[in-house]
Amino acid sequence: MSEALLIVAHGSHLNPRSSAPAQDHADTIRTAGAFDEVREAYWKEEPSLRNALRTVTADEVYVVPLFVSEGYFTEEVIPRELRLDFDAADWDSDGTSADFVTRAPADVDKPVHYCGPVGTHDAMTDVMVRRAETVTGDPDVGAGAGLAVVGHGTKRNENSAKAVQYHADRVRSRGRFDEVRALFMDEAPEIDDVTDHFESDDIVVVPLFIADGYHTQEDIPADMGIAADGGYAVPTRLDGHDIWYAGAIGTEALLADVILERAADAGADIAPDRTRVVAGGD
Amino acid sequence: MSAPTPVDALREAAADGVDFDGLRATRDGDDFRLAVPDASYAGLSPAEFADAVREHRAYAENWLFWHGHAPQADDAWAFLRWVERAADLSVPERYERLGDGGMTREWGQVAVTARLTDDGRRRYDLRHADEADADPDDLSTYADPHETRRLRKFDDNGDYRPLSTAPTLRHGWALADLDPGAAVRAVEGFYPATIANWHREREGTLDVTHWHETVSRQTGIYGVVQTWDRGEGHEHVNWVAEACCDDSQCCKRREWEYDDETPLDIPGGDGVFPCREPCSLVVATARTWTRIEAEQSHTYSFDLTPSEKAQIETIINAVADGRVDEIRDGDTSDGANRFRARFLRAKLFDDDGNLCGVPTEGEST
Repeated sequence: MSEALLIVAHGSHLNPRSSAPAQDHADTIRTAGAFDEVREAYWKEEPSLRNALRTVTADEVYVVPLFVSEGYFTEEVIPRELRLDFDAADWDSDGTSADFVTRAPADVDKPVHYCGPVGTHDAMTDVMVRRAETVTGDPDVGAGAGLAVVGHGTKRNENSAKAVQYHADRVRSRGRFDEVRALFMDEAPEIDDVTDHFESDDIVVVPLFIADGYHTQEDIPADMGIAADGGYAVPTRLDGHDIWYAGAIGTEALLADVILERAADAGADIAPDRTRVVAGGD
Repeated sequence: MSAPTPVDALREAAADGVDFDGLRATRDGDDFRLAVPDASYAGLSPAEFADAVREHRAYAENWLFWHGHAPQADDAWAFLRWVERAADLSVPERYERLGDGGMTREWGQVAVTARLTDDGRRRYDLRHADEADADPDDLSTYADPHETRRLRKFDDNGDYRPLSTAPTLRHGWALADLDPGAAVRAVEGFYPATIANWHREREGTLDVTHWHETVSRQTGIYGVVQTWDRGEGHEHVNWVAEACCDDSQCCKRREWEYDDETPLDIPGGDGVFPCREPCSLVVATARTWTRIEAEQSHTYSFDLTPSEKAQIETIINAVADGRVDEIRDGDTSDGANRFRARFLRAKLFDDDGNLCGVPTEGEST
């Protein structure tokens, strides 16, 4: 039985960088030979979610949403547009524990294993730590440093904040960073007052966003007060702290491994030597 | 293990019978038969069969390509057959053309050329249809077919193309020497899902989702578009199709209508591949129209000279036709010339930007 990986992402009518993480991670996984077939599909770009499954040749499909949290897109839009007979309750999730369900889509005659989003997978915690390492250039970053995990936050979807809190708690429990905080754009505690939340000299700020765009490149830097000349410096000195702002975590190469972990959890037959496709993945 | 020769492969397959593109081969014990449109042989020994196959080598190579080398997925297979007009031309006709410069067909703005190499393999070259005759040294050549997903993202001006099938594909690239599977991937990178839907249409199984069904399905910020259908006709959807789906705006051929009983009054276009439902750009744009089309009209009075009225129409046409960048600064005969537009603004707008000083209804002045 041949297997395909279908990475589904939001995409954008305005921001060409929106689809870059999906494309880049798809290329990484394809090059590693982890799947017979690797495809992408988008809500706002092409192929559309509606047309995606018919672009797949393989006998079965593992669908991994490149989204940061469970919510409207993973529970409603993606299954509806893929024509899966799915109800959010099928995942039996507490807001961060969706793993997978297997469904026969109305569109094509092959099983679809619909996975939870990458953002809530445990392996995402590793990606955050990796991101902190890459942005600081310090493979041992942690002691003497604080880590802020930043989410959008929205009153419409409590799971949005849950995913951020979940990973912040997991990083904290490892004891690697002196301080770990979950901060948000649109709800308290807010990223605006980032230095109020830390005593450490160095503060690493990792936004739990898939793509770099307006939020990660303009909003959050402006909210924190590190925006300058249309960009931001890394690090930026702010209120006696060095702010190491990482940009969207979705662009981190290691995220390709989280996509594979999601598919493997759903039963994808990925050769053991292929489950870690990113060099240096631990 | 080396790939089987056409003779070996055909000898093997003859036991089950072969009937493809004019070639027929059968085997009964050690008794082989072979036929092509202008010759047939019976009672052949294996050695005689091999000689006969070599005599009609193009037929045998053609059969082996389509069953051993080409992608076997139905849609990809049909697409590559379409490229070399397999339904219309005999094997010798195709082989002559494939070996002499190749055969080219246009898929949207992409020219796909199939050709035979010296060792008898089919290889595929892709270029912008405008650049079929360009010097290869003037084009950037890409080897990875998946790179077309990135080539499609920006137009010649570097502007983002959210609609892959907009007729604004950038120039200056080439993909050369692709194997058949890579050629299909490259085309799909430029125009996602077009091969699958084109094939479904040819098979009579294209599942068209019409406008009303599409907007009825929308939720979230797009849910409002449902309210634009008021059971008062489909003229608004005619305007959408005329604005967004014209051949000048999209290479797909619109197959969706208002609903399955109510065709639109606008032609669907001449594109090779079909559009099976309103795309995300149409839905997103319709959200804007739903909001502004809910407004009531008002009667405004403006005093314009005939030339001023005509100029306003010229400006709207220039924007709608994407002509603005072509208008030269010195061409003041064109109503959409920048200086002409600035003069009109200087003369007719008041300090609040109101045309002829007439306030817009509902806006604070």
